[in-house]
Amino acid sequence: MDISLQAILSQAMLGLNNGAFYALLSLGLAVIFGMLNVVNFAHGAFYMLGAFVALLGYDFLGKWLGDEGVRLSFWAALLVSPLLVGLLGVLIERLMLRRLYQVDHLYGLLLTFGLALILEGLFSNYFNVAGEPYNGKPAVLEGAVNLGFMFFPKYRLFSIVLSLAVCFAVWFLIERTRLGSYLRAGTENPDVTRAFGIDVPLLRTLTYFLGVALAGLAGVVAAPIYSVSPKMGSDLIIIVFAVVVIGGMGSIMGAILTGLALGLLEGVVKVFYPPLANTVIFIVMALVLLWRPAGLFGKEA
Amino acid sequence: MEARQLNVGEAIPFEPTRRRTAYWPWLAALAAAAIIPFGIYPSFVMELMCFALFACAFNLLLGFGGLLSFGHACFFGSAAYLSGLALRDWGWTPELGILFGTAGATVLGLLVGMVAIRRQGIYFAMVTLALAQIVYFACLQLPFTGGEDGLQGIPRGHLLGLVDLSATVAFGDRQLPLALYYFVLAVSFGGYWLIWRTVNSPFGTVLKAIRENEARALSLGYRVDRYKLAAFVLSAGLSGLAGATKALVVGLASLSDVSWHMSGEVVLMTLLGGMGTLLGPVVGAVTVGVLHNELASLGSWVTVTIGCVFVVCVMAFRRGMVGELAHWLKRTL
Repeated sequence: MDISLQAILSQAMLGLNNGAFYALLSLGLAVIFGMLNVVNFAHGAFYMLGAFVALLGYDFLGKWLGDEGVRLSFWAALLVSPLLVGLLGVLIERLMLRRLYQVDHLYGLLLTFGLALILEGLFSNYFNVAGEPYNGKPAVLEGAVNLGFMFFPKYRLFSIVLSLAVCFAVWFLIERTRLGSYLRAGTENPDVTRAFGIDVPLLRTLTYFLGVALAGLAGVVAAPIYSVSPKMGSDLIIIVFAVVVIGGMGSIMGAILTGLALGLLEGVVKVFYPPLANTVIFIVMALVLLWRPAGLFGKEA
Repeated sequence: MEARQLNVGEAIPFEPTRRRTAYWPWLAALAAAAIIPFGIYPSFVMELMCFALFACAFNLLLGFGGLLSFGHACFFGSAAYLSGLALRDWGWTPELGILFGTAGATVLGLLVGMVAIRRQGIYFAMVTLALAQIVYFACLQLPFTGGEDGLQGIPRGHLLGLVDLSATVAFGDRQLPLALYYFVLAVSFGGYWLIWRTVNSPFGTVLKAIRENEARALSLGYRVDRYKLAAFVLSAGLSGLAGATKALVVGLASLSDVSWHMSGEVVLMTLLGGMGTLLGPVVGAVTVGVLHNELASLGSWVTVTIGCVFVVCVMAFRRGMVGELAHWLKRTL
């Protein structure tokens, strides 16, 4: 086998890029699971929604407003899209999820599965399943930078850095701030937390907003790289589930590190034996579960 | 599915089990099923019977064992592929082909089960989902599966080398595939009977005990893990039986049979009909099947509708159709 170091390194960089998305998505999933005990099956659909807000804002907003010149720029989409997706999440949490906290956690999974089907089905009616390109990539991020061993697209580098920065910010928010300590207290012991005068239902809504907004953000960042399609979420969600299981469900740091590492692994495997690349994450998951059922960073339940 | 909590020292209520079994509902159902093809399009009914068996097998695990597997399509689909391989490429007879598919799904069930039962609840669901995804990619990439196109043109062959399953009988101006129909009827009733016997056996009772209170069952000395694994393997095998039979009926094993959407669909069938009831999954499978059939022309609106049904079930009636009825009649169905 003749594989150059350069090929490995460049695939590794692409893998790292995928890994950044896995980290961002599994972080949102872990936040929601850790705080609400809900497996958010609709996470992939919210990711898709985030990408579509960016796409529609760029291509169609002008037409809707009757002024062709109006466009939602990429930078604006980075803020608007997570906000809109997050607000939809708030609506869902208030109207539906809230009523399911008392019953078996499995119902939360089933509800969000239904929601994922609805969202995916709605978008499949109006948009090409094969996907549409997003044309709003900012001019500043065009071109590539020389990393020494390869020319790496500027935008991909930007998406890696941005994802890592957001991941760190969320970790800091939850593990190091007062709001974060309220959130953690609310999960550990809702009754006592409430007795201290903290509005636990509001915290839960906020948590769901945060987790879902992270998915929306990942969608916007992914839009210029991958084609925006109704199926983009459902393809990814199972991988992200595996990442969360490997990292240890509910573990913030576990989700981030595992996401990055697995993206990297996937990229490297693609160089050596391409057919295995899709499956390698699930194989790692099976092995990790045999060895440590709680996941790499999880606490034994 | 309300959990009953007994206090220490309280007498366990003794409910004598009825020793005599009423056979008339079985005979009535068989008789009804036997005349259906003269009225309704038989291919559709045969497909529904396969899905009903699949849902019942799934319900054995969820409704009676309390284990939500989100990867059951991998047993259904892999059995379809394996029996397709045996029937088309190796030229086996239909009953051997189906047995081969079922055996394959059972072995797969043992492997997946051994990993999955180490976790509980939502973890269990996610682990089964992820393991099923390995099977999905295997079905996409193995040389015999036909990749995106699926395994096409599976012949029906001769049952035991004697009865031609592709033969049709003229009825009025229609041609009815009666041989195949009665074969599928026998297979699905056989599977259903096995599930019914399992649920009403001491094994089934222990399973329900584990569902209600696992720690208590463990403290009574039951080796909980073994019971769970046995239930998982049985459920996987029967799902495989359903999948293999479906491959014979449709003549096709496709990627959609192994995809996680199919896993979700069988959860919906069970939830909609009523989990933990014997009849519920059948009713659910028929409802979902008819829904698909009626809405087929609407494209993706089918997915939207199915999603809405899911949401309504979870929010408003978690007992499902048969479960609500049983609750209202105050008896088990």
